[in-house]
This record gives sequence, C-alpha cells and structure tokens, in this order.
Amino acid sequence: MSFPWAEQYKPKHPLMRWFDDRLPLPRLVYGAVGGGYPVPRNLNYMWNFGVLAGLALTLQIVTGIVLAMHYNSNADTAFNSVEHIMRDVNQGWFLRYAHSNGASFFFIVTYLHIFRGIFYGSYKAPREMVWMLGLVIFLLMMATAFMGYVLPWGQMSFWGAKVITGLFGAIPLVGESVQHWLLGGFAPDQPTLTRFFSLHYLLPFVIAGVIILHIWALHIPGSNNPTGVDVKSPQDTVPFHPYYTAKDGFGAGVAMIFLAIMIFFLPNLLGHPVNYVPANPLSTPSHIVPEWYFWPFYAILRAFTSDFILPAKLWGVLAMFSSILLLFFLPWLDKSPVRSGSYRPMFRIFFWIWIVDVLVLGICGGKPAEEPWVMISEVATAYYFAFFLIILPILSMVERTKPLPNSISESVLHGEAAEAAPADLTGATPAQA
Amino acid sequence: MAAVETNEGPAHAVEEDGVRRRDFLNIGAVAFAGVGGAALLYPLVNQMNASADVLALAQIDVDVSAIQPGQAIKTIWRKQPIFIRNLTPAEQASANAVDVSTLRDPQTLAERTKEGHRNWLITLGVCTHLGCVPLGAAEGETRGEYGGYFCPCHGSVYDTAARIRKGPAPRNLEVPEYSFTSATAVRIG
Repeated sequence: MSFPWAEQYKPKHPLMRWFDDRLPLPRLVYGAVGGGYPVPRNLNYMWNFGVLAGLALTLQIVTGIVLAMHYNSNADTAFNSVEHIMRDVNQGWFLRYAHSNGASFFFIVTYLHIFRGIFYGSYKAPREMVWMLGLVIFLLMMATAFMGYVLPWGQMSFWGAKVITGLFGAIPLVGESVQHWLLGGFAPDQPTLTRFFSLHYLLPFVIAGVIILHIWALHIPGSNNPTGVDVKSPQDTVPFHPYYTAKDGFGAGVAMIFLAIMIFFLPNLLGHPVNYVPANPLSTPSHIVPEWYFWPFYAILRAFTSDFILPAKLWGVLAMFSSILLLFFLPWLDKSPVRSGSYRPMFRIFFWIWIVDVLVLGICGGKPAEEPWVMISEVATAYYFAFFLIILPILSMVERTKPLPNSISESVLHGEAAEAAPADLTGATPAQA
Repeated sequence: MAAVETNEGPAHAVEEDGVRRRDFLNIGAVAFAGVGGAALLYPLVNQMNASADVLALAQIDVDVSAIQPGQAIKTIWRKQPIFIRNLTPAEQASANAVDVSTLRDPQTLAERTKEGHRNWLITLGVCTHLGCVPLGAAEGETRGEYGGYFCPCHGSVYDTAARIRKGPAPRNLEVPEYSFTSATAVRIG
C-alpha cells in the first residue's frame, strides 16, 4: 500500500522472523502504524483527531463491557442498577462517568475530525471512499449513543426513546408500523430496553469493523495534508513511527487531561439532571432535549414549523436525515481541484461561516422550541443546506485559488515565498499543482 | 540553566555520558503512559470484586432456640449454606473420644465450638473437597458412618464435630467466624 519507498518489515530478532513467516501480523502493524507507513511530513495537530477517535472507541468498549457486568436491562430494575453502579460497585462511579463523558469526548474529536476533513478537502478524489466510510461510522455512532442514553431508563432516556422513534412515525403510510416495530410495542417499554441494550453492545464492534475499512481505504492514497498537494517524493514523507506516534501520543496526553477534568470535576456538566428521575410514562419533562452532540440536527428537525405540500413533521425529519446524507455527496458537490482551504480564499470564508452556523444550530437545538430560537434555527438551517447545495458548486466554478506549492517539502522548507504557479483550474487531476 | 539551553544543537545532542536528551524524554514519556495505563487497570479489575451491597449482607443473625438436641438446620450466609447443629451429649462424647493425632486435619471439638456453647456445632455446609453440600443436616438424610455429615459427590465422610474422617476432602468443614449475642441468638460473620 501507499508509496513505493515505504520501508519493508525486516525483523531482526529470529523469534519475530519465525512469527512473521507464519503469521505476518507484525508486518501488518509495521506497515499500518509503524515505520513502514510514510506520512506527509507537514501534518498539523488537526490530524490527531482520527487517532483520538480510535482511542475514544477503545475507551467506550472497555468501560462499556465492564458496565454491562453490573447493568440490568430490565425496565423495573435498570434505573436502580445504574444507581447500584454509582454507589455500590467498586469504582463504578468512575467507570460510568468515564463512559458517559467518553461518549461526549468521542463526538468532540469526531466533529473536529470531520471539520478537518472538510476544510482540507480530505473527502476529494482519491479519498471519497475514506470519507463515505467515515460518515457510516458517524451514523453508527449516533445510533449507538442514542440507544446507550436510553439504557439508564431515566426520564430523558424514556422520552428520548419516544421522541426519536417518533421521527420514524413521520414516514407516510408505514410510519406508525415502523415506530411500533422499533419499540416492540406502542410506547417504550421492556422490549425496547432489551433490544436497545443488545444493539448498544453490538454496534461498537460494527464501528470497529468499519474503522478497519476506513483505515484500509485511507492507506491506499495515504493521508491528505494541510497543503492538499499530493506526495511526490520520499522527501515529502516521514515514517509514521516514530514521528506521528510521538505527535499523536502528545495529543492523546492533552486530550486525556481534558477528559480527566470532565470525569473527575464536572461529570454531569453535559448531562441532564432530569435523567436521574426514573422513567415515568405518564409525565413528560417540561424541556426535553437530546444530548449536546445531537443539538444541531435537533435544531434542523424543529426548524420546519408549517405544512408546505408535505406535513411540517415530515419536512423536519427529511431535513434532519438529509443534513447528514447530504455529506455523502460532498465529493461531487465540491468539484474544485484545490483540496486545501488554505489556498481557497472564498471557500475559507464560507467554511468558517458554516462552522459558526453549525455552532448556532447547536445552541438552538439545546434551547426550548420558542422564539427567537425557532427563527434563528430556520435561518441557520437555510445556510447549512445552501453551503453544500449552492455555495460549494458555485465556488468550484468561480473561485480564484491561491498558488499551490510545488511540493510538500517545498512548502515546508521554503514557506509561502517560493510558491509556484496557480492551481490548474482547467480540469486536470485535483491539486497536482 | 540558560547556558544549557544555548548549547543545544546537533554537536551537543549527545551528552558526555552518551545519553541524549531525547532518550530521557522517550523513557520519561513511555514510563508515564505505562504508569497511567496501570492505574487505569485498577478500577477495571477491582470492579469485579464484591460490591458494597454484597458486603453489606455479609453478616446474619440466627435464632437457634427451636433447634432440639440432635437436630440441625441449614441457613444461608454469603450465598453459601451454613449448618447449625445442636449436638447431643452422646455425639459430643463420641467426638471427644477420638485421638486427635489420628485425624487428617487435627482439631478438637473444643477448638471447633465456643466456650459455654459446646453443643452448638456451626460450620459451612460446603465440602472441602470440591464444594458440594454434604448430607446430614436435614431430617432423614444420611449422616455417614461417623454420624456427622456425608458428601454424596465423592464420598467424603465427616464425624460429629464435622471433621474429615474418610474420603478425598482435605480439611474439616470450615467453622465461620461467629459469636453468641445471647443464649439462643448467633451472629455469623
């Protein structure tokens, strides 16, 4: 995979040679994350977040398996079993807080990872498959996180399950049947809880499988880089180990500090107090919201308030799902041959507006469904879709990009001064310079 | 310190003792990560130990007033059977008649009961061989050839002091920690 100058695995110790001849696992590791994987030498810290997401998944699986040893997926005892974990199980409070804050950590690093990919054009050819597999992981993450949040069987768990499955109820004709099929009844109850627990345990391993495909697909062209210019020669790369193991290790250390602060000092900051009230099918909490990482999508859902040909409810659901499914088409919506936003002055402005737009949607999603939040959500939703469906296709045609460096090593060694001719906008392969 | 800082560069990368700064950083960083990983292992392992609610049930009070001489009851302590047996004078005498030095696990009846309550034999109902529940505590069950308990799984025979006399079990039935809180009330654990 990757480049012809990649180092071959040459075990020195006879035992490793013996092992490698029979099972080339050391060779696989060496070529994937060792000295045998050449990586552009100019990656910045935004390239840490893929590894951090992998770390987050590992943390979630480890703490999750341990929590499952004490959790009880019975509607009568689920809530108490979580309190049992918090009060009775040795260090159970730590394990549960690590798991609940670990979910937020997972989403934070994944969002930064996605933003990085959009800014630096990592979704463009030849990395479309990497991008789409990443979106599949993102969708699986959202499903897993949602079902995990239902398991404590508190008020937010119960009403979250009711509202989110209610989204499927908006589908014309079959909606209600689908909702009842998902819940295993007319409202969330024992069948819902048991199947959500089963799937919540299963999906992380599916995610791990798709991550393997994601990395496999990535290692064929190799990593993108902040210039977006293709790797051309051995001078443009350094071996993954020790250069990026060290850099990722440092990033992981910093990230763990933030996670530890959350777990030990602010464990409930991102949660909802009302979820410490046991589920009650007869009383909806006055203000129900999903977890923060769903807020932008929740705002899009609620931005549609009047019927227009189709019912408003259906518009909201369609818009919410489209806001993610749209991203699958991003490599073909943005046809600009320049990958990196650093060389796209117009794109860069609209990109940062889009980032602010997503943050605004996030704020709106966490607020009650009343003015001015609904109106702001509507405007922000309009920009969200306009960015992908109107702005990016037009920019691809009209934007005058800045000159790209001839190579990664030139950009690293000589800086901006020695940059070469403008990017080839006549339709040649992207970012060849 | 300032002088050291200004001396940095390729020519000074290797210190006089042949150790580079980078070696120090490398060992320091990996050691720190190793200690952190080991610290994380502690809760992951310890969570499988008995939790606080299990430990809270580790002590029970039993009323033994209704147990007649010659009778025994089974009760449960820490999810394990406990035999409480009111020994008849004949059973006590037969236990005391044994030459302790001939036993596999030498103990006298006095060592296995409490002062002033010599007739109360309180043991775990768990065979010391492989953990089955021996017969002999309930009405109608065989008590084996030594009149104590008999384990049907692999044929271990216990006497009236619940000492191992025959069969594969290595030790006498275990006597739990207990005390009499009154003449007829026992606190086990």
